[in-house]
Amino acid sequence: MRTELTINGATHALEADARTTLLDALRDHLGLTGSKKGCDHGQCGACTVIVNGRRINACLTLACMHDGDEIVTIEGLGTAEAPSEMQRAFVAHDGYQCGYCTPGQICSATAMLDEVAQGWPSHVSDDLTGEMDLSDAEISERMSGNLCRCAAYPNIVDAIRATARKEAAE
Amino acid sequence: MNKHLKMDRPATERFLDETAQNVLGTPMDRPDGPAKAAGQATYAHEWQIEGLCHGVLVRATIPAGRVARIDADAVTGRDGVLRVISDPRMLRVPAQGGANEAPDQGPDEVAYLGQPIALVVAETFEAARDGALALPVEYDPADFTVDPDAVEPEVPKKKQASQGDLEAAMREAAHSVDVTYTTPGHNSAAMEPHAAIAVWNGDDLLLRGSYQMLKYNRNELADAVGIDPAHVRILSPYVGGGFGSKLGITHEAVAAALASKELGRPVSVTLSRQQVFETTMRRSETRQRFRLACDAEGRMTAVGHEVLVSQLPGQQFSEPVTQATPFAYAGPNRVIGHRIARVNRTCAGSVRAPGEAVGITAMENAMDELAEAAGIDPVQFRILNIPEKDPTSGKPFSSHTLERALREGAERFGWSERRAPGQRREGDWLIGMGMASAIRVNILAEAKARVTLEPDGRVLVETDMTDIGTGTYSILTQVASETLGVSTDRVRVRLGDTDLPPGPGSGGSWGAASSGSAVYLAARAVRDRIAEAMGADEVTLKDGHAIAGNRRVDLAGLFDGPVTAEGHVEPGKTMKETRQSSFGAYFCEVAVNAVTGETRVRRMHGTFAAGRILNAKTASSQCLGGMTFGIGMALTEELLHDPRDGHIVNRDLAEYHLPVNADVPQIDVVLLEERDDYASPIQAKGIGELGICGAAGAVTNAIYNACGVRVRDYPATLDKVLAVLPD
Ligand code: FES
Ligand code: FES
Repeated sequence: MRTELTINGATHALEADARTTLLDALRDHLGLTGSKKGCDHGQCGACTVIVNGRRINACLTLACMHDGDEIVTIEGLGTAEAPSEMQRAFVAHDGYQCGYCTPGQICSATAMLDEVAQGWPSHVSDDLTGEMDLSDAEISERMSGNLCRCAAYPNIVDAIRATARKEAAE
Repeated sequence: MNKHLKMDRPATERFLDETAQNVLGTPMDRPDGPAKAAGQATYAHEWQIEGLCHGVLVRATIPAGRVARIDADAVTGRDGVLRVISDPRMLRVPAQGGANEAPDQGPDEVAYLGQPIALVVAETFEAARDGALALPVEYDPADFTVDPDAVEPEVPKKKQASQGDLEAAMREAAHSVDVTYTTPGHNSAAMEPHAAIAVWNGDDLLLRGSYQMLKYNRNELADAVGIDPAHVRILSPYVGGGFGSKLGITHEAVAAALASKELGRPVSVTLSRQQVFETTMRRSETRQRFRLACDAEGRMTAVGHEVLVSQLPGQQFSEPVTQATPFAYAGPNRVIGHRIARVNRTCAGSVRAPGEAVGITAMENAMDELAEAAGIDPVQFRILNIPEKDPTSGKPFSSHTLERALREGAERFGWSERRAPGQRREGDWLIGMGMASAIRVNILAEAKARVTLEPDGRVLVETDMTDIGTGTYSILTQVASETLGVSTDRVRVRLGDTDLPPGPGSGGSWGAASSGSAVYLAARAVRDRIAEAMGADEVTLKDGHAIAGNRRVDLAGLFDGPVTAEGHVEPGKTMKETRQSSFGAYFCEVAVNAVTGETRVRRMHGTFAAGRILNAKTASSQCLGGMTFGIGMALTEELLHDPRDGHIVNRDLAEYHLPVNADVPQIDVVLLEERDDYASPIQAKGIGELGICGAAGAVTNAIYNACGVRVRDYPATLDKVLAVLPD
C-alpha cells in the first residue's frame, strides 16, 4: 500500500506491504539505516525515532499509520561532518562502544531533554509540577528504555548532562 | 622489509616510551565515533544492494529427533515466498571460537528446541516471516534429556588436577569453608542481532556479516558451503557487539550463502532476538563447590574448586570455570574437578570471559566467606594470599598487580568505612560494602597487519581484525601514529575485510595487544625505511616530520611512492615460561531494601592493570561494560529452561533482564600504569574481559555486608534475599 512519509523534512512515497513497520520502512525501503533493530518488539530502544516531537519505538508501529506525520531520525539530527550537540557529546564522552544502540540513544536523549523542558515528571521526580532538576538519577531513569549491552551508561549520562548544561547556558 | 617477531624474549626495549608523538595511551575520541553517532556506520544488515531478498529461519519445535517432512509447497509461491531452503549443509550449531572449520551440520537432526531447520526466502521480510511461521513440519521425535542434574556427568581426565592432600588440609585447618555456588546460563545479547547478506559473483561468495574473528570465519564458511576459502570474502567493518556470540560463523551466514546461490540473488538473513537467545551460544549454568582452608594467621592451605557444567552431546567446548583457579591464590593442597552434563539445550559456548566470569565471581564469594571465618578483613585476606609464583606450575608471574589494585582501589573507594554486616541503615534501606579481585588469563595471539606510508605523508593501516566496540580503530590509529610520528588525523585504519592481512580476531581479550603489536612491527619496518632514506641510524619522528641530526624533513614527499610493510607477531617462549594474567579489584556499595529485598547498586569502583594502556578512554569503557555485565549477573540475568523440553523460556529482552541505565551508577574506573615486557612487544595485555571477572562477586559480597544474607544461587533476586532477610 502507498503511504506518504515526511522524514527529516523530506517527503517519501512508500509502496510497501501493510505489515511493514516504520522501522523496516526506514531501513529496508528508504535506505535510512541509521535507526537500528535490536529486538523488533519494543524492548530495547535501538529503533527510537522522533514522531511529531515525541520519541517512539519505530518497530512498534506500522509505517502506514504515519501518513502526514513529521518523523525525525538520527540522520535528521546531524551528520558525521556536522553533528548535533548531542552527537558531539556522545563522541567526546565515549557514550557508546559498538555503536549499535547509539542512534536510538541519541534520538531518545534529544527528545527527552524536550520533555524535561516541558516539565514532564518521571518516576524519580521529587515533585510532579514545577521546574525539573535534571539530576543523574533523572537522566538514568528517563533513558532506561534504551538498552546498551556494551554498557556505556555512565558515559551516556555524562554526555546528556553536558549537552543539557550547554543548552541551558545558551 | 617486513618485520616478524616471535615473543621468545621479554620486550625490555620499551621503544614506545621513547617516541615523540605522545598520543599512545591518551583518551583520544574514537575515529569511528562521528559516523556511529550519526547513524552512518553500516552494520551487517544495512548493505544497500539491488534485488535483495529476505530469508527467515524456521525453528524446530521439538528438543530432539528428526525432521520427517517439510511441506515447502504449502508456502512457496504464496505472498512472494520464493523458496524454502532445507539443505544438509546448514548448521545445527554455531562454530565455536577459533574452530576454523564447519561446526555440526545437518539441520534435519534436531539436537535442541529452537534449532534452525530451514530457511524461508521471500521478496519481503514480512512475507518471509509469515512463511516461516506457517511452514508445516513433521518430526520423528527422539528421547532426550534436558536437566543437567538428572544425568550422570562425563568426567574428562584432562580436566582434573590435584596436588598435596586437600582432605587432610581441610581437616587440619584453623578455618575452612565448604560451600557450593550456582550460576545460571547467560546470553551475550549483543544489541545487533546476528545478520548476513550473501551475494555470489560466479564462484565467488561475498558475505557481509557480523563476526568477530574473520580469519577463522572465512574457513568455517567455506568449509560449510563446500568451496575453497580463496572464493570467500567476508566484510565486517562494524560489528554491533559480540561478547563471544559472534566468534564463529552462525546459522545465518551459511543459510544466506546457500539461498543466494540457489536463487541467483542477494539474500539477507537476520536472526530475530528470540533466535539469538535460542540458537547462538549460551554460557553454561555452573555448580561450583569450593573447599578453601587457611591457618590461624589466615594463610591459605587448601584450594578445591570442583564444577559441573552442561553442553550438548558431542561438543568439545565446556565452560572453563576453573581457568584461573590454579594461580589465583596460594595454598599447597589443591584440587580441580570438572564434570560435564550432556543435555539437549542450546549449544554452550563463549560468553564474555568464559571461565573467569563465573569462576572468579564465585571464588571471590567463597574467599569472602573464608576471610570472615578467619576474622580478617577481605582485602587484607587476599593480599595475604597472593602467591609468589604460580602455585600449580611453579612458573613466575610476568607481572602481578593485584596487591596494588587492592590497596589503591580500597583507598579510593573508602573501604575503611565498611562496618560489620547489617550495621548501616538509611530508612528502609540496609547499606553494605563488598569487594572482589579481578583476575583474567592473558594471551598473545598470532597477528599480521600492513602499514603504508603514502607519498603525501598519510598513513594507512590494514588488517582483517574487527572492532566490536572494543576500540580497535582507535588503538591501531594511535599505535601507528606514535610509531611513525604522524598526527592521528593523518592515519586511516581499514578493518573487517578478509582480503586484508589476518589479525587475531576479537576474542579472549587478545585483540588489542596482538593486533597492536602487528601494527607496531609494520610501522617499525616503515620507520627503518625512513631512517635509511635520511641516511641516519636514528631518527626522531614527530608531527609528520623526520628529524636526524640537524635535519628536519617532511614525510610528505620523502618517498616517490607508497612505502608498505607487514608486521607479524607470534606468541613464543615468554608465554610458556611465565604465568600471564591481568588483575584488578572491585569495590561496591549496595542498598538492600529491608521490606522488599530489592538490591540497588549505589556505588561501584574498579581499579585495573593490563600492561600498557593504549587508549585510556576505550580501555576504561571496556571496564565499565564488564562491570555492568557483572551487575547483571549479580542481580537479574538468568536463562530459564523449561524443565519439560529444555527450551529457553525468557528468550527476549523483556524477560531476560539486562541492566538498564537506572540499574547502573556512575561507575568509577582507574587504570594503573604498568608495562608487561613478557606479554607483547608493546608491553600491553588484554583488558576487554577483565572488568567482568569477579565483578558480580563484589555486588553479592556487598549484599551480605548490608543485610547478612549470603545468596549462593545467582542471581540475587528479591525472593532469595527476602526469604532469609532478618526481621
Ligand atoms: S528494535 Fe524497537 S525497541 Fe528494540
Ligand atoms: S554501544 Fe553497543 S550496545 Fe550500546
